[in-house]
Amino acid sequence: MAGDENGVNDDKPEHPTPLRGPDEGLPPKPEGKRPGVAADIGALATGLKTTLREFFSPVVTTMYPEEKTPRSERYRGRHYLRRYENGLERCIGCELCAAACPVGCILVIAAENTDENRVSPGERYAKTYEINMLRCIFCGYCEDACPVQAIVLGPEYELSDTSREKFIYTKEKLLEPLPPDVEARLKAAPPHPTASSGTSPPAGK
Amino acid sequence: MNDLYNNAIGHWVIVTIAITALLFVVLTATAYTVWFERVALGRIQRRPGPNRVGPYGLLQLAADGIKLAFKESFVPATTDRILYVLAPCIAVGAAFLAWAVIPIGLWDNPKVTYWIADVNIGVLLVFAFSSLNVYAIVIGGYASNNKYSLLGGLRAAAQLISYEVALGLSLVPTFMIVGSLRLRDIVDYTVTWGPYHGPIPLILLTPIGFIIYIIAAVAETNRAPFDLPEAEQELIGGFLTEYSGLKFVMYYLAEYVNMITVSALATLLFFGGWYLWFVPPFLAFLIKVVLLLFLYIWLRGTFPRLRYDMLMRLGWKVLLPLGIVNVIVTGIILLAVQG
Repeated sequence: MAGDENGVNDDKPEHPTPLRGPDEGLPPKPEGKRPGVAADIGALATGLKTTLREFFSPVVTTMYPEEKTPRSERYRGRHYLRRYENGLERCIGCELCAAACPVGCILVIAAENTDENRVSPGERYAKTYEINMLRCIFCGYCEDACPVQAIVLGPEYELSDTSREKFIYTKEKLLEPLPPDVEARLKAAPPHPTASSGTSPPAGK
Repeated sequence: MNDLYNNAIGHWVIVTIAITALLFVVLTATAYTVWFERVALGRIQRRPGPNRVGPYGLLQLAADGIKLAFKESFVPATTDRILYVLAPCIAVGAAFLAWAVIPIGLWDNPKVTYWIADVNIGVLLVFAFSSLNVYAIVIGGYASNNKYSLLGGLRAAAQLISYEVALGLSLVPTFMIVGSLRLRDIVDYTVTWGPYHGPIPLILLTPIGFIIYIIAAVAETNRAPFDLPEAEQELIGGFLTEYSGLKFVMYYLAEYVNMITVSALATLLFFGGWYLWFVPPFLAFLIKVVLLLFLYIWLRGTFPRLRYDMLMRLGWKVLLPLGIVNVIVTGIILLAVQG
């Protein structure tokens, strides 16, 4: 703006937003006199009173490891692999969960079911099923992708451990039974109804 | 006991034992002052404070102390090595020296005198030692060779010099009334008011002096809301920036010892020391000191840090004139009463 007045920077394009005046855009100044010394000391006393009142109020901290805040029913924590009621694994080794996973933390190696060794009701089952919990972002896409609702996210969030190796959750660990309340919820309202969302293997097998 | 005390060798034996005992008591008191502060600040913010290490978190300070003691004694490359190590030593030495003259009401028997030092210029000595603290901070700030440390040190110098004057002036009326600088005499000052004859808390006679004292004392010990030399937010710790491990502990210790010293002095000068109805002397003294420490923590939990110009204005334009007027008015009243 100053350049415009003395004509030095006339060739330069003007800045799109104009300069602010000295008092423009500032909050209005308080009207009336400044409070006196007595009011100032009164304000200090008010502050002291407030903190003293808080001192004698009950503590609101949740003492975490001993007491926990209530969790939401829809909380997505560590994964579980489910079984049918007759004990067969739900997972059919289709690898759709691994394909859906945005961070690629799921490893599925499938094998054929045989009559001597029947693990799941489908043609194939997951011989290896591993989830790298350090990579997992708990988005739940695997749960959405699964056609047989074999993998679900449970309520546990205390997943810390002492070595990186322990964060590779193997099939044995993932096949641990679900907490009963989550199992009951899944039975009452399956996340998405498919042919095999029931509690027993699909008919015809 | 008294015979042993008057014997030349016995005197030194007893004094050495007393010094060791007092050092232990003051160090322990410091540790629990830190605990008390953390719990009280927590309660002010509706938190429980430390409660994991030991019952009620009482061993927290032991854990912190061990952790800090085992830290690497790191000295930055461009520091002035000698001064850098000397500064925290001055801080902690000055803080403990003041306790030589503070009587803590440990005796009942009038035959047994106070053991470490019962000097007739007790208050002056306490102030002399506590003003050494400014050297610790300025030298520490200078020797760190860091702009934030230097700024913190300079702030400390300006602040301590400004408030020392007010601190000294706030106590002059007390000395005028009592007529002695010996801390025992000040506590033992007795009045005869109608049916009552006995010691009184001198705050009744010098309330303005106490208000000036407590404000100036908070500023002298660099405590919030006058903790400008540290000022974590602006000066990333001020003179403490380059200190860690044991040297940091020494500064930290000095701050808390100074806090207790100032509270103990306020107890002696304004609240009648170890006299409190039927309560045993030592316990009475302890109760009063703890209440004053709570006042300190309460102030820290309530008020935000002062801006630098406000600090100077409060010191020179409010406290200093108020202190001078207080001295003059007390003098006039004394003249009128005593003739």
